[in-house]
Amino acid sequence: MADGPVAEVLLQRLEAADGGLDSAELAAELGVEHQTVVGAVKSLQALGEIIEAELRSTKRWELTAEGEEIAREGSHEARVFRSVPPEGLPQSELMRLPSGKVGFSKAMSNKWIRVDKSAADGPRVFRVVDSVEDEVQRRLQLVQGGRAEKLGEKERSELRKRKLLTEVTLKTYWVSKGSAFSTSISKQETELSPEMISSGSWRDRPFKPYNFSAHGVLPDSGHLHPLLKVRTQFRQIFLEMGFTEMPTDNYIESSFWNFDALFQPQQHPARDQHDTFFLRDPAQAQQLPMDYVHRVKRTHSQGGYGSQGYKYNWKLDEARKNLLRTHTTSASARALYRLAQKKPFTAAKYFSIDRVFRNETLDATHLAEFHQIEGVVADHGLTLGHLMGVLREFFTKLGITQLRFKPTYNPYTEPSMEVFSYHQGLKKWVEVGNSGIFRPEMLLPMGLPENVSVIAWGLSLERPTMIKYGINNIRELVGHKVNLQMVYDSPLCRLDAERGPPSTQEAA
Amino acid sequence: MPPPLFHIERDQLTKNLMNYVLNLAWNLMKLYDLLCLEGLVRGLQVFKERIKAPVYKRVMPNGEIQKLIITEETAKIRPYAVAAVLRNIKFTKDRYDSFIELQEKLHQNICRKRALVAIGTHDLDTLSGPFTYTAKKPSDIKFKPLNKTKEYTACELMNIYKTDNHLKHYLHIIENKPLYPVIYDSNGVVLSMPPVINGNHSKITVNTRNIFIECTGTDFTKAKIVLDIIVTTFSEYCENQFTVEAAEVVFPNGKLHTFPELAYRKEMVRADLINKKVGIRETPENLAKLLTRMCLKSEVIGDGNQIEIEIPPTRADIIHACDIIEDAAIAYGYNNIQMTLPKTYTIANQFPLNKLTELLRHDMAAAGFTEALTFALCSQEDIADKLGLHISATKAVLISNPKTAEFQVARTTLLPGLLKTIAANRKMPLPLKLFEISDIVIQDSSRDVGARNYRHLCAVYYNKNPGFEIIHGLLDRIMQLLDVPPGEKKGGYVIKASEGPAFFPGRCAEIFARGQSIGKLGVLHPDVITKFELTMPCSCVEINIEPFL
Repeated sequence: MADGPVAEVLLQRLEAADGGLDSAELAAELGVEHQTVVGAVKSLQALGEIIEAELRSTKRWELTAEGEEIAREGSHEARVFRSVPPEGLPQSELMRLPSGKVGFSKAMSNKWIRVDKSAADGPRVFRVVDSVEDEVQRRLQLVQGGRAEKLGEKERSELRKRKLLTEVTLKTYWVSKGSAFSTSISKQETELSPEMISSGSWRDRPFKPYNFSAHGVLPDSGHLHPLLKVRTQFRQIFLEMGFTEMPTDNYIESSFWNFDALFQPQQHPARDQHDTFFLRDPAQAQQLPMDYVHRVKRTHSQGGYGSQGYKYNWKLDEARKNLLRTHTTSASARALYRLAQKKPFTAAKYFSIDRVFRNETLDATHLAEFHQIEGVVADHGLTLGHLMGVLREFFTKLGITQLRFKPTYNPYTEPSMEVFSYHQGLKKWVEVGNSGIFRPEMLLPMGLPENVSVIAWGLSLERPTMIKYGINNIRELVGHKVNLQMVYDSPLCRLDAERGPPSTQEAA
Repeated sequence: MPPPLFHIERDQLTKNLMNYVLNLAWNLMKLYDLLCLEGLVRGLQVFKERIKAPVYKRVMPNGEIQKLIITEETAKIRPYAVAAVLRNIKFTKDRYDSFIELQEKLHQNICRKRALVAIGTHDLDTLSGPFTYTAKKPSDIKFKPLNKTKEYTACELMNIYKTDNHLKHYLHIIENKPLYPVIYDSNGVVLSMPPVINGNHSKITVNTRNIFIECTGTDFTKAKIVLDIIVTTFSEYCENQFTVEAAEVVFPNGKLHTFPELAYRKEMVRADLINKKVGIRETPENLAKLLTRMCLKSEVIGDGNQIEIEIPPTRADIIHACDIIEDAAIAYGYNNIQMTLPKTYTIANQFPLNKLTELLRHDMAAAGFTEALTFALCSQEDIADKLGLHISATKAVLISNPKTAEFQVARTTLLPGLLKTIAANRKMPLPLKLFEISDIVIQDSSRDVGARNYRHLCAVYYNKNPGFEIIHGLLDRIMQLLDVPPGEKKGGYVIKASEGPAFFPGRCAEIFARGQSIGKLGVLHPDVITKFELTMPCSCVEINIEPFL
């Protein structure tokens, strides 16, 4: 019963009250400070549903100290008037009175008194009227009596200007019975303690109820980056499907492996300065597998392996130019070349997920670097139907089941197909990947057997991540301008589970 | 993978046609001759078997053949030229617009912004052959260019076009050459100054009846392809439909070539190969029919399994049997192909470095650090100046064509990216504890390309106190995870007082593990903190994790 007698009184009054009571009124009735009642309200509130208290703020007019004096003794002008006897008073004497200065000018402007400057012993003050009504006093007494509303706006503001009135805001509680109202309260325990357990006192004690609608305290923890959480899931999918991870830890690549080995002609626009980052230092690749390079050169410039070739002057210098790889397909080319050197041929399934670089114009969905996901299968007799079948299994694991395929043009795959899926959130078909069968002009110079086909597909890691996490600006996801709060708050990446909120803008 | 070579734009198509065409075009959009409405409509009509694919013929003129003589001065600038004549053509406003648009599209695509090939089309009736393709000093070339009212020298024109939003992109092709290419007729009238501008004299209009077409370039094969595409597409509007009048080109060596080539060639593909590559079971007759619908006239010959395919001049994209197989698959319909799973049996392996990285990043997060993902490219300032180093000391690879300073180098350390991440997140509550495990790039002459990646682990602690003990503790934890015991003995790790320009004096140590230096840890120098626009003390650790593989 530590909450004191006020709380008890409050509860008793509340039991009898009709509806509720006001904390300020109660304080006035009990003759205690309002703050004491507020304290009692708060401590009762903390006990749960015993009472309900609604905070109300009311504005009230109060007299200033000077105002109170006037309400008691009359306005300065009235006091001046009263101190002037019928035979008059010298002005100098009047001015020495406490209300003299202020009261004199007011009484003058009210035309209650007059000054006779021709009097023998200096200016002398005389009454003009017999009696006066002290309006100021009357009004202040009204306010004092709690009837400030009887005064007009103009009158109140005049009194305020004379610093006789002030407006104060009063915060009071309107207290009513709570759902667990009771006049008898006992202090509830907040938490179970080791002492209570050892003494068994917990059996006899009431415990304060928990507020289950409050938030918990988040643990101090580290967080994984959402894009890399998605990367982990893609790795997992490839591993589940039996794909071996290719080494891709070489951002710097020669044009040879990035383009020429893929049968991408040397005048192709992708090899333009506008699209690719070339290196100033080291500018050239010094070592290339020259036997293979010659086969590539012949295929480009003259054809061979059943191909007409591109019939242009293939230059070794162009192939030596170093660059930041524009796709991880360069790593796939290296892996397939290594596979071709192993005799006899053994089938292989490869994947990689790593950074690639484009010297492109940047916007909300494009950065100069992004992650490419690539899958490759090399085996005898693979068909377009096989490619589609593998894609179906792959995308099913991503939770994407509706697929459509559209012809497209890629320099190093033939046939080539773009993969589209129906996006429920965006309500349209969106491109989810690009795929194809590598051209014989790419595979045969490597030394792969003629009846071996290699199917491949690729997609970006950023795009599904942005769709998954509903991110519209790629800079919030990748790079130093990342929003760390977003990293802290991002959920697990479960690609096959329910999809995240659809982004309003399609990520490219 | 790159975007398609070209797109069909909606505004090209009349509304009535649009829905029908787009549905079919969805499956056909890859052929060169679908670059314009004429080619598209014809392609679709052949596909729907409403018409047969036209057969294009080169014909000799009744009178004298038009001649284009190439002089040897062109050799160093733009050595190749081809030409042809479209005789008695009938334009309408739409056809004329389409003709101009096709040239523009070809210029942007296969002509590589006119660098490889530039097209000039002229009203033949305003000119008189033979024509001469030569190269002259810019000051010696003077003519009235297209849509101008007075004559300018080539030098003046290059200046005028510097501010022309369309033409300014082509000036660089010849700008710094001593001689500019130019084509004259027998009266000295300038036809064009390729690849920049045609003369106004021979300008074609809707009323032009006879068109002389020249293509000049640095790639002979492409020039011939471009000429074939233009003449095959618009020969439809000639009085003798699908015929093109030949023109002769005399090369500097005296050799005489007749253009357009309009070469038809025959390819043989076995039906079972098509079935095998696509994964379908169609009869040879059906496959031949599918190919014919793709404008590849085909018939079954020989043992009944062999298909003979005629490749028309419009299909320069077909250079291998695989291109024919793709056309069969497209005509069959990709979405009609039965999906199957290959029987390829393989055991999956992770790339060891990535496997280690995956394991470590989970435990870094478990240690209370948050993963960042920063750019591999950055400015020289980030990896050198801001860390108190000269760029030559970083052994960084340098990019030759960055569009902005953000892409000058590949990073040699992960630290700048993490500090920039903190700078962009200063509103977040302290402490900030970040890490990244990713690759950096260092020049290395022992590698084929002269550079190699290293997998680094970097972590930073940013708070009101430097928190060296926290970063040190993190290093101890990492070593625990990698099963590397503390101590100097073989296989253990120690840290030894060291220094570095990025660190506060006396607050830096070098980390040795398994007998080699793997990185450093310490409290960052206040200058470094300030340069990265930070205000609080910060400690960090960065190591190479490759020795732990």
